[in-house]
Amino acid sequence: MRMYDLIIIGAGPAGITAGVYAARKRMSSLVITRDIGGQAVWSAEISNYPGYQLISGPDLVAKFEEHLRTYAVALKENERVVGLRKTGSTIIVKTEKGEYDSRTCVVASGKRSQALGVPGEREFKNRGVTYCATCDGPLFADKDAAVIGGGNSALDAALQLMKICRHTYIINTARTLTGDPVMREKVEHNPAVSVLNNTRVTAVLGDTMVNALQIEKDGKQERLSIQGVFVEIGLMPNSDFAPDLEKNALGEIRVNCRSETNIPGIFASGDVTDVPEKQIIVAAGEGAKASLGAFRYLAQNKF
Amino acid sequence: MEKNVKVYSTPACPYCKMVKKFLQDNNVAFEDADVSHDRQKAEEMVKKSGQMGVPVLDIEGKIIIGFDKESIKQALGIRSP
Repeated sequence: MRMYDLIIIGAGPAGITAGVYAARKRMSSLVITRDIGGQAVWSAEISNYPGYQLISGPDLVAKFEEHLRTYAVALKENERVVGLRKTGSTIIVKTEKGEYDSRTCVVASGKRSQALGVPGEREFKNRGVTYCATCDGPLFADKDAAVIGGGNSALDAALQLMKICRHTYIINTARTLTGDPVMREKVEHNPAVSVLNNTRVTAVLGDTMVNALQIEKDGKQERLSIQGVFVEIGLMPNSDFAPDLEKNALGEIRVNCRSETNIPGIFASGDVTDVPEKQIIVAAGEGAKASLGAFRYLAQNKF
Repeated sequence: MEKNVKVYSTPACPYCKMVKKFLQDNNVAFEDADVSHDRQKAEEMVKKSGQMGVPVLDIEGKIIIGFDKESIKQALGIRSP
C-alpha cells in the first residue's frame, strides 16, 4: 500500500492551510474530507480575515479551495473518516471507503451541530427538523416553529424566524436565556415569540412531516403543536473516530503549542482542538503550524 | 446536449450559493427558484423531494438534495478533473 508523508483529515480553514503548507514542503499528502470549507461556509459575513475587509463564508471558502487546487494535492471529498490509529511507525486512517497509510497526520475535522438525541429527530431531519435557520427558515413562513436552545445561536435563529413564522417558541433547558442581553430583550418583547424556560424536548412527533414536539416542563409532559424545529444547542467536535487521542471534557483534542497530540506524528488543528479561540484565522494559523510540525517530525525521524 | 436544470434555493443558504457557483463554473444553465419568495415553488420542491431542506436540484427529473457534487456531476455527465 502507498505510504503518504502526511494525511490531513478535514478541509476547513485548518485542513486547507495544512494542505497548502504540505504542498510547499513537497510532502506527499492526501486530504480526506466530507466537505470543503467546514463551518466557515455558514458565516454570512466575515470581516476579520486580513486581506478581505468583507467577504462571505462561501466566497472565502471558494478562494481557499482555489488556492489549494493550484498545488498537486490529492483530495478525496465526500469521504468520512471512521478510524485513526498508529501501529508501529505507521498511521492508519480508515474511511467508509478504504484505508490509507501515512507517516504523519493532521486532524482538522472541525465541529458539527450538536444533535438533541431524542426520538424522532433523525427521522424528521429536513422534514421539519433543521440545523440552519438562515437556510431553511423561509420555508416555514406563516407556520409555527420552535427554536431549541438559549444561547446566542438560538437567539439569532429566533430573531430571524419571528419575522417569518406565525409564532416562534424558544425552548430552553436553563432557567433563563443565556445569550447576549440585546438579543434577549428583542425576543422577549416580541409578542410573536414565547420563551419556555426550564423546558426539555423529549420527542419530535409527526407523520410525513413534523407536526408537534413533546416537551417536559416541571416534570409534566406536554404537546406543543409546531411545524418547524430549529436545533441550536451548540457544537460538537468531530473527534469520535480517534479514541486513542487525548481529549478534554468537551471532546476536543488536546494539543500543545506545537500542535502535537499525545501520539507522536499525529497533529491536530482548528476547531476540533482545545485551542480556545474558534476563529477562521486561528484555525488557518494552527493548520500551518501542524503541517510544519509534521514536516519537522518526518525530517527528525528519517523514514 | 443542454439539460433542463432547476435549483430550488433560499438567498442566504451557503450550500445554495455553492451549488449555483459550481453550475456556473461548469457552464451549466439553470433556472433559479427562490423558495423564500415563491410559495408555489416551495410546495413544488417539498412535493418533488419529500423534504424541506435547501438546496434541491431537479436535473431532467432527477432530484438531488443538498450540494452532492458527485451525484450532480453524474446527472450532468461532467467528468471529474
